[in-house]
Amino acid sequence: MASVLKAKDILGLEEMEAEDIQFILDTAESMKEVSEREIKKVPTLRGKTMINIFYEPSTRTRTSFEIAGKRLSADVVNISTSTSSVAKGETLKDTGRNLMAMKPDILVIRHSAVGAPKILADALPIPVINAGDGAHEHPTQGLLDLFSIREKKGGLKGLKAAIVGDITHSRVARSNIHGMRKMGMEVRIAGPATLLPRHVEQLGAQVYTDVDAAIEGVDIIMMLRIQLERQGQGLFPSLREYSRLFGLNRKRMERAKEDVLIMHPGPMNRGVEISPEVADGPYSIILDQVTNGVAIRMAVLFLLLGGI
Amino acid sequence: MALVVKFGRVVDPAQKIDELLDVLIDGGRIVKLGKDLQGEEAIDARGKIVCPGFIDMHTHLREPGREDEETIESGTHAAAAGGFTGVCCMANTSPINDNQAVTDFILHQAKNHAVVPVYPIGAITKGLKGEEMAEFGDLKASGCVALSDDGRPVMNSNLMRRALEYAGMLNLPIIDHCEDLNLSGSGVMNESFTSTRLGFRGIPAASEEVMVARDIILAELTGSQIHIAHVSTAGATRLIREAKSRGLKVSGEVTPHHFALSEEALDSFDPNLKMNPPLRSVEDIAALKQGLADGTLEAIASDHAPHAASEKDVEFDYAVTGIIGLETAVSLSLHELYHKGVLPLSNLVAKFTAGPAGILGLKKGCLAPGMDADLTLLVLEKEVLVDLVKSRSKSKNTPFHGWTLKGAPWMTICGGRIVYDGRGA
Repeated sequence: MASVLKAKDILGLEEMEAEDIQFILDTAESMKEVSEREIKKVPTLRGKTMINIFYEPSTRTRTSFEIAGKRLSADVVNISTSTSSVAKGETLKDTGRNLMAMKPDILVIRHSAVGAPKILADALPIPVINAGDGAHEHPTQGLLDLFSIREKKGGLKGLKAAIVGDITHSRVARSNIHGMRKMGMEVRIAGPATLLPRHVEQLGAQVYTDVDAAIEGVDIIMMLRIQLERQGQGLFPSLREYSRLFGLNRKRMERAKEDVLIMHPGPMNRGVEISPEVADGPYSIILDQVTNGVAIRMAVLFLLLGGI
Repeated sequence: MALVVKFGRVVDPAQKIDELLDVLIDGGRIVKLGKDLQGEEAIDARGKIVCPGFIDMHTHLREPGREDEETIESGTHAAAAGGFTGVCCMANTSPINDNQAVTDFILHQAKNHAVVPVYPIGAITKGLKGEEMAEFGDLKASGCVALSDDGRPVMNSNLMRRALEYAGMLNLPIIDHCEDLNLSGSGVMNESFTSTRLGFRGIPAASEEVMVARDIILAELTGSQIHIAHVSTAGATRLIREAKSRGLKVSGEVTPHHFALSEEALDSFDPNLKMNPPLRSVEDIAALKQGLADGTLEAIASDHAPHAASEKDVEFDYAVTGIIGLETAVSLSLHELYHKGVLPLSNLVAKFTAGPAGILGLKKGCLAPGMDADLTLLVLEKEVLVDLVKSRSKSKNTPFHGWTLKGAPWMTICGGRIVYDGRGA
């Protein structure tokens, strides 16, 4: 069975065609239904082996991939390692070849180094899914975000989204900018000038340093996690000031459309980039994103392994 | 035994010669240039370009310390095959060449194993730590031709000032790797739209330019000579041009990879594209070419940096920086600069001969009677395939494998002896 998508692997949304994005979102609709059954399992991938190899800590994404595989009846193996391949003394390519010798059918990798998934994708004959590589891409997150928006809004074209926070270090932002643009959305990004990477406007997003202006009239606000350790790296003076200038609270939210959706890829720093009342408020779809993550990952596993 | 190189087109920028001449060699020296010269042995160089021996003023030969990556023997064989009749080796060996004993060892190994002369470059600071000056007097006495902490900048401006003053007293040029480590941070590629798109941490051009500006200011303060290694940005080129226009003793070199490749190639995530300084933008490349053409940048140097596959063929973030270049530098230059009309041939030849010889104060790079009989012969129109399997270097880290380049070294003669012969190739 060969992939029914255009590429063997899913490494990023930059190189994925809109047609494939659409196809994955549509497939995820039916996958979502499986998770709502009493017996949450279908035999689709019975006899297939999926390996999740995580070189970076992750709870949400790793669990989501594992559950997705299991609901499709794949045999799922998780490898978590806090040490890099270099520290272990084995190269990533060698690790990949060793895993390949055990005849898996699909591999999911998260790595702190940009491009690591491509090393495996180029070296191995089986599909490789990027579950996040450095600040590069996190394509399944981008897909589940699009799915969540489409589910609530009924479509994607013409919607306005503001992505707010640390754009420089965010793979979620990059995948979302590519995905949203391909699906005909308008994308604004906002954050402190020190966390907006150079020439980012060339990705097709409008750039703001004034969050109030950025969220004026938008349909979606996506808040990004500010890593607490960024404080002290000279990128902004304090979390206190960050929160005041760039955090989302109810008052600020009023500038957006009345039916604005509030999103966050998690994990949240409550009270820093997002106030608890917004995170838990009626417009928040933060937990829907997590639920939909399983459906999206089921869809990509299914399609990469040949579909029906 | 007298040897005559016949019927070639002699291009010697130092003497402003570009004509069909024979070159008569005897006793390891140039006897004369002229028509219809006779010797006991003749080389038919019809259709070839006959130049003074090329000098690579920036290489890493890895001996002592990383003989698994390169040795003085393997590195000089690669140099000869690449058309070079002399190479300067940087100080970042293990142990570091910051004292007479290491320089002596390098020259001892060179005497026994090298096929072309090796000119050691001593460290500016002990242990390349950027804290205390090395013993420049000893280094010079034992044979170092210049000083450099290459691979690392001297971040302390006062130390650099004193090093320039002290080296100036000894007539030793200082070669600086210009990089503000605070601005570079943990960057792995040029900071640009490409780094933004790929999510790589960026190294801004300013990281190089701030230090070039500082070095120029210190060269002015001290009146000493400074040479900027591997210039990679438009801004650095502009600063050097301006400094030269004011008569300061400032010079610069460019590596072939910095003009042959732009950062946009990094879409492949190929660790062989990881350099320090990083590959820059197409605008920077245009400025480097302009700098070569107008004389701002007087030398082309390979920055030959052999690395073991285990340290290079890994995730881009973890890969060490640098590529091998001794065997591709000349072909890349002919292909990208001569054949594409950036530099006329004599100007290109000067970047490998009179340019580096002048910067280093070497009595080389010229075919005048009495000079050492170092000759590099080129074939301009031949297309060559870069093939790692044929490389003499012990390391194989290059992004140019599989490239077809127009123009190549054809023969290398060093001290009157043929050290590379491409006649059968």
